[in-house]
Amino acid sequence: MADLRNNFVGIKSPNPFWLASAPPTDKAYNVERAFKAGWGGVVWKTLGEEGPPVVNVNGPRYGAIWGADRRLLGLNNIELITDRDLYTNLREMKQVKMNWPDRALIASIMVPCEENAWKSILPLVEETGADGIELNFGCPHGMSERGMGAAVGQVPEYIEMVVRWCKQYTRMPVITKLTPNITDVRKPARAAKSGGTDAVSLINTINSITSVNLDTFSPEPSIDGKGSHGGYCGPAVKPIALNMVAEIARDPETYGLPISGIGGITTWRDAAEFLVLGAGNVQVCTAAMTYGFKIVEEMITGLSAWMDTKGHRTLDDICGRAVPNVSDWQYLNLNYIAKARIDQDSCIKCGRCHIACEDTSHQAITQYVDGKRHFEVMEDECVGCNLCVNVCPVQDCITMVGLEPGVLDERTGKTVDPNYANWTTHPNNPMARQAAE
Amino acid sequence: MGTTETGILSGRLSPVEYERNFSDLHPPLDEHEALVASDRCYFCYDAPCMTACPTSIDIPLFIRQISTGNPIGSANTIFDQNILGGMCARVCPTETLCEQACVRNEAEHRPVEIGRLQRYATDIAMRENRQFYQRAEPTGKSIAVIGAGPAGLACAHRLAVKGHDVVIYDAREKAGGLNEYGIATYKAVDDFAQAEVDYVLAIGGIEIRNNQMLGRDFSLNDMLARHDAVFLGLGLAGVNALRAEGETAEGVEDAVDFIAALRQSATKADIAIGRRVVVLGGGMTAVDAAVQAKLLGAEEVTICYRRGKEHMNASEFEQDLAAAKGVTIRHWLQPKRIIARDGKVAGIELDYTSITDGRLTTTGETGVLTADHVLKAIGQTFEADGLGIITLQSGRIVVDGEGRTSLDRVWAGGDCVLGGEDLTVSAVAQGRDAAESINHVLAAASQPAVAVA
Repeated sequence: MADLRNNFVGIKSPNPFWLASAPPTDKAYNVERAFKAGWGGVVWKTLGEEGPPVVNVNGPRYGAIWGADRRLLGLNNIELITDRDLYTNLREMKQVKMNWPDRALIASIMVPCEENAWKSILPLVEETGADGIELNFGCPHGMSERGMGAAVGQVPEYIEMVVRWCKQYTRMPVITKLTPNITDVRKPARAAKSGGTDAVSLINTINSITSVNLDTFSPEPSIDGKGSHGGYCGPAVKPIALNMVAEIARDPETYGLPISGIGGITTWRDAAEFLVLGAGNVQVCTAAMTYGFKIVEEMITGLSAWMDTKGHRTLDDICGRAVPNVSDWQYLNLNYIAKARIDQDSCIKCGRCHIACEDTSHQAITQYVDGKRHFEVMEDECVGCNLCVNVCPVQDCITMVGLEPGVLDERTGKTVDPNYANWTTHPNNPMARQAAE
Repeated sequence: MGTTETGILSGRLSPVEYERNFSDLHPPLDEHEALVASDRCYFCYDAPCMTACPTSIDIPLFIRQISTGNPIGSANTIFDQNILGGMCARVCPTETLCEQACVRNEAEHRPVEIGRLQRYATDIAMRENRQFYQRAEPTGKSIAVIGAGPAGLACAHRLAVKGHDVVIYDAREKAGGLNEYGIATYKAVDDFAQAEVDYVLAIGGIEIRNNQMLGRDFSLNDMLARHDAVFLGLGLAGVNALRAEGETAEGVEDAVDFIAALRQSATKADIAIGRRVVVLGGGMTAVDAAVQAKLLGAEEVTICYRRGKEHMNASEFEQDLAAAKGVTIRHWLQPKRIIARDGKVAGIELDYTSITDGRLTTTGETGVLTADHVLKAIGQTFEADGLGIITLQSGRIVVDGEGRTSLDRVWAGGDCVLGGEDLTVSAVAQGRDAAESINHVLAAASQPAVAVA
């Protein structure tokens, strides 16, 4: 059995699956249920400063997009940080931590960008016995208009400043949560590191309007006929999150900085992808909000089974394993040549590969052969683009097969060169020509 | 009265049982079901389902329109190819047409529910009486359509769209042809056939004259004298005779008459049925008659077919339906004689059959089934009265690819033409295509001469 125990910046949990700071972690009742279901840790829903709590809208808070069979693919929300009294939250956190000493309990915090605000809340949090804090620099709606959340996360100098205060005023590990609503996620990550953060977590939600009501012309979710952008999450954001995690993981300036991966994690496979791209653990929200806490069982057993199959014993064996394979485009091997192959036994003859290739790509898939409906790749036309693989409704029916060195590429009439060659030295690259001249 | 009293009797069941037995065979999909079902369509390119549809409905498009919340647009897509798409959604043997071709069968053995989705869209459009077609400028041409069945209605509608005036002559009391008289009740509940006729006629320019029978009330020459063109959608008015001893005994009935009477009955309680019913034949009519006999309260219903299961014209689905309703299907049995007692059917003697040297022969062995009601569903024939010298072959009208007969200005389609598939949907396709051909010919004839300068 693979060992899934997780040690993230000194915070120990029985598995790497934490619930992200969000509605599922708003109060003891939910968190207790989550721990019973098997979650390794939770990041408690973001605490605000002492005083009257924030208020939420009293109409719909969520918008969504769906795939076939109304599978939830993307969710957005306009809910703010906790709308419960600070001390109620602190009291519950303390009790839950006492009840579940082996689980990780992290306090997410968002207070104004003033030293005193942070200085005064940190001891209160520390007193609960929480294992660490997460700085919410990510929420893109509501709080950012008040100079908090993403408004901080979008200014690297602020990030560095606040992290520094936190490191100064608490002994708890500091995790800095980053917003994706910026152009280069490496900048805030570097700033957090400069400020002394123990880790970063990402991504927070993405600015979004999920849909518009075509009867009322109001964005959804609609509050009395008006809508506001909300924070987008769920399976649809996973690719964006993976890229941002990888960017930080391979940036020389932040290399080795622990990362808690967040963004659309729905299955063990998603989680494993975050881990191998450099995340030390993962945080989940939308999947739990869609299916309930029980999904963690699938994640734990799935990750464990895959690790067993592959002979990975601990999380350290897999974390970051894919990072060296994330490259810039210019270093990709232009001598690697692949062609699509259609397995005729599993082909259901829907014709989607053909029409995708015919209408929008390279006219490399037949429709009829000898008068019969038959879809086959014409290797002399196939550029190996992979579109047919992606539009095929049957898994593994179409696969990409790399040509061995020395084999003739029927499209170019040249044999496959065994040597690695990339754009930086390609004759068509003006920069490369200049260098040669 | 129970189901075990011998004799051909009406009112075997309670009103509640009749209503339950003759309700919709496939209940309509509700919106949620339609969305779930439509999500399964892959939007295939050059889709096999579309190729398999005799009317070439753009199935991937109409299903996608359902899935995107546009059932009205979906209905428009369907009606563009098949103005009787509502009835076809109910009666098409989809399991041997579009749904058999569905690529979902390849991997999952479960096709997209094309027929039920087609019904979903067309029901909405018809319920809202959404009309999608406007008549072209009047052409001043008049066309006679003989027969108000699927072929005639489809032909008339397309001709009306083109701006022609159409008169439909039909021998029966009501329009609709087999849709009105020949389809099992549970496949077209709530008087759907008449609702569909009304929907088709709403285009305008189509007059229906009922109780007008070719050969009795008028001849083909009369029609040619009165109209610019004639379309024959006559169907099959005759039935094959059993040619067996005792055929005239009381209790021997043509299945088509039985089915027609059922359709015309409001409550079904007035339709008499035997205690032990034998249905002769292996087609859809046999199954429709047998199943409905059972639903009327017959204790035992047996279909006897003179060949094997694999030869039956009734689809696999229909055979399973019959079995599920408690009908026994027996193969390789051919009627030898009707056994009568006091002039009434008491049983049927059957020859066992086999195929030897490619020919169906009797084996010499015989058997007897007790029966008080025998329904004959051994095929219908074309009655050519009043057609004059039109070319026939194998007893059906010969037409070319556009539906033209051997006679100038006369087109034909549906079950009465040679090579027909005895399917509603094929009749619709032939009627529609003949209308296009008629329109083309009439337009060419009335083209003004172009002056050459």
